[in-house]
Amino acid sequence: MATGQTTVTWTNDFDQALEQAREKHRHVLLDFTAAPM
Amino acid sequence: MYPDPRVVKFIEENFVPVRVHVRDQRDAYQRLGNRYNAQWTPTVLLIDEKGEERHRIEGFLPTDDFLAQLTLGLAHSAFKAGDFAAAERWFRQIVDTYPRSDAGPEALYWAGVSHYKGTGDAAALGETASQFENRYKDTSWATRASVWRPPK
Repeated sequence: MATGQTTVTWTNDFDQALEQAREKHRHVLLDFTAAPM
Repeated sequence: MYPDPRVVKFIEENFVPVRVHVRDQRDAYQRLGNRYNAQWTPTVLLIDEKGEERHRIEGFLPTDDFLAQLTLGLAHSAFKAGDFAAAERWFRQIVDTYPRSDAGPEALYWAGVSHYKGTGDAAALGETASQFENRYKDTSWATRASVWRPPK
């Protein structure tokens, strides 16, 4: 990430995120929200 | 909590972040909400590489408690995967970095268990019980650890 990044780089594509998680050996953080976007 | 730079940094370094808005993305919410039984917002799930839910955070939390919960999820996930060294590192990070968070006592308990599971050193359990005499004394985790206390 860039130094001082102030927002999370969210994606909406869960399936692609799961694929990335496998490649990077990370977990997916899945946030269900009703907050204004 | 998300505008906090510490939260942003932790998430970017450790996760692939996905956000589903329950009203604006109804199709995605219907599919993923049903799959993971998400009935309330905010609900934050830690999903492993196989798509299995490993940790759930429901409701708003202050920054330190939220970071502690994210770390707790990684710790428990590592423990369940049998990576006890990694689990212990994550659990101890909670105790050291967010000692006043709700996750603190649970993390201290599981740090001791992880050390024992990883090394076979049963003394780790007694040491953990002793640590509970100085901190988190009135918690259920202290009670659980009390059976490890060496006889005096």
